[in-house]
Amino acid sequence: MLIFERAVAGRINTAQAGNPANAVKDIPADLLRTDPPGLPEVSELQAVRHYTRLSQKNFSIDTQFYPLGSCTMKYNPRGCNTLAMLPGFVNRHPLSPDNLSQGFLACMHDLQEILKDVTGMKGVSLMPMAGAHGEFAGVAMIRAYHDARKDFARTEILVPDAAHGTNPATATMCNYKVREIPTDAQGDVDLEALRAVVGPQTAGIMLTNPSTLGVFERKIEAIARIVHEAGGLLYYDGANLNAILGKVRPGDMGFDVIHMNLHKTFSTPHGGGGPGAGPVGVSERLLPFLPIPIVAKQGDTYRWLTEQDCPQSIGRMSAFNGNAGVLLRAYVYARMLGKQGMQRVGEYATLNANYLMVKLAQAGFELAFAKRRATHEFVLTFRKQAKELHISAMDFAKRLLDYGYHAPTTYFPLLVPECFLIEPTETEAKQDLDGFVTAMIAILAEAQTTPDALTGAPHTLPVKRLDDVKAAKDLDLAWKN
Amino acid sequence: MPFIPHTDAEVSEMLNSIGVSSIDTLFDEIPAKLRSQGLTKVPDGMTEMEIARLMRQRASQDERGLCFAGAGAYEHHIPAAVWELVSRGEFYSAYTPYQAEASQGTLQLLYEYQTMMTRLTGMDVSNASLYDGASALAEAILMAVRAHRKSESKRILIPRTVHPHYRRVADVTVKHQGIVLEELDYDRTSGIIDPASLPVQPGDVAALVIPQPNFFGALEDVDALTNWAKQHNILVIALVNPMSLALLKPPSQWGATGADIVCGDGQPLGAPLSSGGPYFGFMCCRKEYVRQMPGRIIGRTTDRDGKVGYVLTLQAREQHIRRSKATSNICTNQGLLVTAATIFMSLVGPHGLRNAATASHQNTMELIDKLGKVNGVQKIFSRPLFHEAVFRFDLPVSEVQRALAAQGILGGVALESYYPELGNTLLVCATETKTSADIDMYVDNVARIAGRLQASKCPVQPNMA
Repeated sequence: MLIFERAVAGRINTAQAGNPANAVKDIPADLLRTDPPGLPEVSELQAVRHYTRLSQKNFSIDTQFYPLGSCTMKYNPRGCNTLAMLPGFVNRHPLSPDNLSQGFLACMHDLQEILKDVTGMKGVSLMPMAGAHGEFAGVAMIRAYHDARKDFARTEILVPDAAHGTNPATATMCNYKVREIPTDAQGDVDLEALRAVVGPQTAGIMLTNPSTLGVFERKIEAIARIVHEAGGLLYYDGANLNAILGKVRPGDMGFDVIHMNLHKTFSTPHGGGGPGAGPVGVSERLLPFLPIPIVAKQGDTYRWLTEQDCPQSIGRMSAFNGNAGVLLRAYVYARMLGKQGMQRVGEYATLNANYLMVKLAQAGFELAFAKRRATHEFVLTFRKQAKELHISAMDFAKRLLDYGYHAPTTYFPLLVPECFLIEPTETEAKQDLDGFVTAMIAILAEAQTTPDALTGAPHTLPVKRLDDVKAAKDLDLAWKN
Repeated sequence: MPFIPHTDAEVSEMLNSIGVSSIDTLFDEIPAKLRSQGLTKVPDGMTEMEIARLMRQRASQDERGLCFAGAGAYEHHIPAAVWELVSRGEFYSAYTPYQAEASQGTLQLLYEYQTMMTRLTGMDVSNASLYDGASALAEAILMAVRAHRKSESKRILIPRTVHPHYRRVADVTVKHQGIVLEELDYDRTSGIIDPASLPVQPGDVAALVIPQPNFFGALEDVDALTNWAKQHNILVIALVNPMSLALLKPPSQWGATGADIVCGDGQPLGAPLSSGGPYFGFMCCRKEYVRQMPGRIIGRTTDRDGKVGYVLTLQAREQHIRRSKATSNICTNQGLLVTAATIFMSLVGPHGLRNAATASHQNTMELIDKLGKVNGVQKIFSRPLFHEAVFRFDLPVSEVQRALAAQGILGGVALESYYPELGNTLLVCATETKTSADIDMYVDNVARIAGRLQASKCPVQPNMA
């Protein structure tokens, strides 16, 4: 039932309606609204009960193992939320003068420094509000760099075929032509193919390392050399930074620009689809182009650097200072981890992924890259089951929901047919990983004995399998009563 | 180890299963010389208690008493239930609802949100959010260029009465695609778009941006502007404050035809000031443009038993399907803030929203009335306004701001760096959260400062030694 269906005309939640104000007399009638907007009229209890019940229809990290590959669904510490919501932070107006904002600015400056250190970059801007937004900032900086050198011939961005869809979409937004580079059978970039396409038209390459195939790009040094020698720059998509946090730094791999997904690696909440935060880091030569504002420390005081201080900046990404509240949560998380804790993130994420991979392989599941180590995630393929039993990866995914597990990412990476991308993260305990393996084994048995259990799944959720085709065909995007 | 549950025994057992002797071995595919030598600038870890002490100290440093600043971020009352519910782990720690059957809570809520936004703006459809108001405007411009079927133009008319930061964000976002933002000047007396700045022969233009209320708080002549645009085959992008729509005419009714795309920042609907974010951008449009919309869209459908349910729909527009041909690169948006806004709108309802908007406006009118009586302070624009106004001071605004800050008052936003021609001006806003006593405190302090500074101009200087 929708909140609108619970509403009764004339019911006013007086505690939240404020005092009935006098009619506005100073605004001309032709600018005023005549009919009130059709918002629901419900009591506070009705609203609270409705949204509490809705929340209970969600799977979440707090209620389920959520091994959604490439999304790093690790525990979001409650302390980070509590401390970011302190009144001094929550009530601070974004245009408060610097001298009245030293507490907030100190946190932002510290966070910039921490992110520089963990990525090996020379400068960081916290402004982009999500991963794709950070990608945009990064590619815009690549363009600004070439433009500043009057090198206008660089019209192409190289993107491996395994990349996230945001990479080619971002390159297009920055008016670059996208050129795909194939991946070899072992999951590494095909160097010969790369050599064949780099040249004076290459602006840069966008790489995710570890790649979306769940393996570390072993030829990264050669790739960096090839692209740099051609005059291009290297962009690091930080979607998978959790795998190598504290173990390898993108700056040391030769990357010129990087975005980080703080809602993944720094454990800020995913919130049912955001807000995220996608800070960008750069090497020396891209420093002048970082998006503004950036926090600088002079003596013991902090201040925002803006247009006047950074004339070559690509400019502003948000109305104010990015997703500040998310940045505060990431800062608290980083301080709780500290340098030792941060090094363990990559280690234990990798341990969990390799353990799960080995256990599933032993149970008879087919690995997409059986000869490789898992990074923080790995890819399974159900191509055999699809062919022999007519059971798809989607059927497995939906059946997992019945077992109380959120499904891994399905049908991505696009290169592997009928696949699962599984990322357990470091915050899961061994018995939870074992429970997942047990469920997968049970489902594999069902696939052979009672395939209807899979093709008809889910059976235990608020709804059965939903009709996506109907949703797109008979568009119903807003309630009409 | 913070948030890592493994015991030593479990680690040994897991390594044993994998068939390696140490965790380090798992990184053996990484070239040795690339391995990190350890972090140097990251401090040692802290317990929750220790970091809580540090954060409390820093937060209290920034605490202020009264906020009279607006400029795109407004202090409204947020019912306690909003963030109590938003902070439930089932909302807070879920992700984009890719597995629809396991995400009906978030999906139904987003469908309710889309419905509320269409009712507030009067438009046919809404998406499930963008990053913030500025990025929503940028996306609306990109969308207008794609959607305009009768024009290949990449020219956009954008008035200087649009928030200066929004204009900069829009430029950064759209310029690579050859889109040109042409500025329209404003009338120095009325504070709205100068009708004389509208070209008689605009030529081929994709869209006109109309802010309502505009950055100065002034109300644009939206009917005339919309009609002018339509006459010249120009799409209308409405940039609106959602709270104001409880009082003001919805963009669907502007002029003879209504606006084509509506966008703005959802912050007034349940998001705290929070240093500028996270807020959320919203976007609504006519049905015919829905396939050009960026971002997530939720649709109502049925399951195998015919039961109603909700899914992400029209995904063929999006980057994970269309890659380089997507409508936008946006992926993650601002789901949790939309959750807050949906619960906020349910709790306040149409009456509460109207009362909050009206009270905000009337408090600002009371401030205008009282501040206007202070010697050396004057409101500079004549046009009717909504809950925000520009004042010129005979003395440097930096001194006014500093003196007010000493009393715990954030006095407004100085405009000179954005609009040098306006000189010593402050953009001031009093929302429903202010009382008459708060307003008096603001006015009395300004009067005191003005009096003192004028007195110091006296030819006989007091002996300060």
